Order: sequence, then C-alpha cells, then structure tokens
Amino acid sequence: MMEPIARWFKWLSSTHGLNYSVFFDNYDQTLFLKGLQTTIFLSLACIFLSIMVGLIGAWLQGSRLRAARIGTAMFVQFFRNTPPLVQLAFFYYAVSSLLPTLTDQFGAQAPIINNLGWAIISFSLFAGAFNIEIFRSGIEAVPTAMTEAAESLGYTRFQIYRIVVVPIAFRICLPSLGNNLVNLVKTTTLAYAIGVPELLYASAQIWSEAMNVREMMVLLLITYVALVAVLVGLMQRWERSLRIPGYIA
Amino acid sequence: MLGQPLIEIDHVEKSFHNTVVLRDISMKITKGECACIIGPSGSGKSTLLRCINALVPVSRGSIIVDGIQVNDPNLDKLALRRKVGIVFQQYNLFPHKTAIQNIAMAPINVLGRPKEESYERARQLLAKVKLSEKADAYPGELSGGQQQRVAIARSLAMNPLVMLFDEVTAALDPETKKEVLFTIRDLAAEGMTCILVTHEMGFASEVADHVYFTDGGMIVESGTPTDIFKAAQNDRTRAFLSQVL
Ligand SMILES: Nc1ncnc2c1ncn2[C@@H]1O[C@H](COP(=O)(O)OP(=O)(O)O)[C@@H](O)[C@H]1O
Ligand SMILES: [Mg+2]
Repeated sequence: MMEPIARWFKWLSSTHGLNYSVFFDNYDQTLFLKGLQTTIFLSLACIFLSIMVGLIGAWLQGSRLRAARIGTAMFVQFFRNTPPLVQLAFFYYAVSSLLPTLTDQFGAQAPIINNLGWAIISFSLFAGAFNIEIFRSGIEAVPTAMTEAAESLGYTRFQIYRIVVVPIAFRICLPSLGNNLVNLVKTTTLAYAIGVPELLYASAQIWSEAMNVREMMVLLLITYVALVAVLVGLMQRWERSLRIPGYIA
Repeated sequence: MLGQPLIEIDHVEKSFHNTVVLRDISMKITKGECACIIGPSGSGKSTLLRCINALVPVSRGSIIVDGIQVNDPNLDKLALRRKVGIVFQQYNLFPHKTAIQNIAMAPINVLGRPKEESYERARQLLAKVKLSEKADAYPGELSGGQQQRVAIARSLAMNPLVMLFDEVTAALDPETKKEVLFTIRDLAAEGMTCILVTHEMGFASEVADHVYFTDGGMIVESGTPTDIFKAAQNDRTRAFLSQVL
C-alpha cells in the first residue's frame, strides 16, 4: 500500500469522518481490487464474445437460408427487447437448473456453469444482439459495387465477407460499436444480482461492514468514469489506427 | 484467326421480374477480337456483361465462354471468373488496401499463388498501367482515372482470357479519360479479347473489330466500325449516332 496516500485517507477519516477504507484498510482494499479485476475480466470477455456474436449474427442475417435469417431476427428481438436483468435471471435460475450438474471431489453437486459464467454468457448475448444490428447497418453501407468486384474476381461469399465487407463495415460502424460497448461495461454491474463479486458487489460488501455507503458510491462512480474513459480512449485509438488515407466512410 | 469463337452468346433473354431487359441477343466473339457495344442508356448493355460472368443469371438462351456453359445450374463460378475479367463504371477498388495489395490479393486468396510471386506480378502490372509510383497509395489517394487503371491491373492479375469493360471512362474528365482509354487500347493491341461498352465513339471506331448497336434489349445493327459509323443502315442507329457524335 502506498504509505503517504493511506496516511492521508486515514487523516481524512479521523478529522472529517469521510471513510475511504479502501485506501488504508488491507481487507477492504483487497476486496475492492478483486472486484475491479472481476469487472475488467467480465467486461473484456463480454466485449470479445459480443463482437463474435455480432459478426456471426450479421453473417447469418445475409444467409440464403430463410431459417437462419428468421432465427437471427428472433434472437435479436428477444435480447434487444427484454431487460438484461431479467435475461440474467432467466439464465441463472431457469436455464441453469435444466443443465446436468458435475460432482466435485467431495461428492457435492456443482453446476457446470457458475454465476460468473452465466453473467458472461448473458451479457455477451445481450450486447451481441445490439452488435448484430450495428454490424448489419455497417454492412448495408458497403457499396454493392465493391462486393460485386470481389465476386467477379472469384472470391467466395465467405471470403468477400471476411476480406472486403467486414473491414469496411467495421470502420463505418466503429462509433456505434463504441457506444454499445460502453453500455455493456456499465451493464456488468447487474451481475451483482446473482452474486458475482464484481465492483458493485465488492463495494456493497465493504459498505455493509464499514458503514460508508456515501463514500463507496462516490468511489464507485469515479471508478466507472475512469473505466469507461479508458475504453473510449482505446476505441478512439483503434478508430485512428484503422483510418484509411483519403477514404471518407 | 477465325477459329472457334471464345464467347458464344446464343438467343439470350433476361428479365427482372416483369421487366424484359434483354430480348434475343446473339453474338460470337473470337479470340483476340475487340467488340464494342454502343447504345442508349437502359438498353441492357451492363446487364449483358453481367450475364457473361454470371453476376446475374440469364432467363433463357445460352452463353458459352471458352467451353464453359455459363447458364448451367451447376456452373463452376470460380472457373468462369478466372477466365473473365470485368471493370465497372463505378470505382470499386477495395478502399482499405493499397493499389498493389488490391492487385495482388485475388491471386493469393483465390488462386492460392505464393505471396512473393503475386506481388512481383502486381508490380509488373502497375508498370504496365503506368502507375508504378502509386504502388503504396490507397484508392482514396488516387484520381478516378488512376483508380480505373488499378482496377484494370487487378483484373489482369487473374490472367483472364477476356476483359469486359462497362463504361469505365463515363465518370472521368476528358484528360484522365485518355489515360484509361490508352491502357485499354494497348491491351487490345496486344491481342487481349475485349468486350467494351462505351460512349466514346471515336475510341470505339479506332479499336473495335466489331461494333454492336443495342436498343431496347436487342442488337439492332452490327458490323465493322466503318459499317456502323459511316454507313449505318438502321434508322435507330443513325438517330443514336447523330445524337452522340
Ligand atoms: N437488378 C435489376 N433489377 C431490376 N431491373 C434492373 C436490374 N438491373 C438492371 N435493370 C434494368 O434493366 C434495364 C437495363 O439496364 P442496364 O443493363 O444497366 O442498361 P445500360 O447499361 O445499357 O444502361 C434498365 O431499365 C434497368 O432499370
Ligand atoms: Mg450501363
């Protein structure tokens, strides 16, 4: 622990009654940092998987198979039009109980997928549904002349998607994707409801012990502002690195 | 020289839903020939070119390209497209790839050629269209005429037997138009089989072996450039030429 900082927050606590225990109490600090770590892990996993869901869904939406198109449309409707907290509960309480359990080395029954796993699955599908729509709008903005040129060069539909459509569409929809990912990071706090020890959950544990709800709320909000700022910064850098000289999307 | 035709278009018809776009088109194009298709806009010229490389299926009739039956439901599209290069009116280079990448990509991805060899060949083709110094420029950094020349090189990289050009100079200003037309003229002179849709009548009469005048989805009249431009028999041909010349 950084000694001077800890000392200052201790002084703040004793003189002004503002109890930022996270900065001087080892136990609370560990709890908070573990929560931060879980939130970051949860966010990164969901960002990656939701982009995959978006890419696969956008591909299926352009499929020749009617069933694939209808299935994707239903998926999008379901996950976009229902509250993410209800979706999470649905997976954790309803779907989970339908799956077989594993027997651990002590003979106890353990679920195949734990609460963190369900949070990842649930939020990835939720954000993925939005990503499908975002990618679709990007794909529709790719001029058909370009895909036709690729087609006439002998590229297969999948190659056209991978080599021509996705790179161009991705650049077009990067700003909307950024917005959705910011929302996703904020949505991860819902995992609190099923006991995933992410930031909000860890903070609640801390304030119920240390009775410092107000201070923890401030800290929590500042932490999310910082997390989102990092994400937005990375997205902007990504956008810049993908910029094509002379090309106006 | 006049052997088996390389491309044989036989009584081709094409409709989109209820709109008849091509009615009864027949053509024979021999190896090394340069055929020019002229005609008013909407007469089905682009549709015909797109039928030849199976971007759209024909409704009736038959097209054979170097022994490949294009209207066969089990058509091997890749085999066909290796033989047929096409350059469109709209610029459609891949905007996220440099000029040289645009040219080298398809041989690598589609034909599975080695990278080194493909880039070497791309460099030669860039030199051929006189754009060696633009190898690393992105399409957005090139003029319209330069983009079209890269697009021609991109098609040539697949070593096609025939090149289709669909009004490739229509969107260009007169100066850059010339660069592109010279490139096409050189190709034709080297013996590349070409089918060229164009509104440049002067150019058509210079390079064409055969000129087809289409109107309303039909070939109204065809013949040598002299036949068509100097001694057209049909009233519609004459009316069209008097408007554009
Ligand atoms: N995909 C399509 N669906 C419906 N109509 C089309 C399609 N493509 C072309 N057409 C119609 O076919 C006609 C001929 O078009 P086109 O071949 O582009 O003519 P041209 O190249 O001679 O100007 C036009 O009336 C056009 O509207
Ligand atoms: Mg046209």
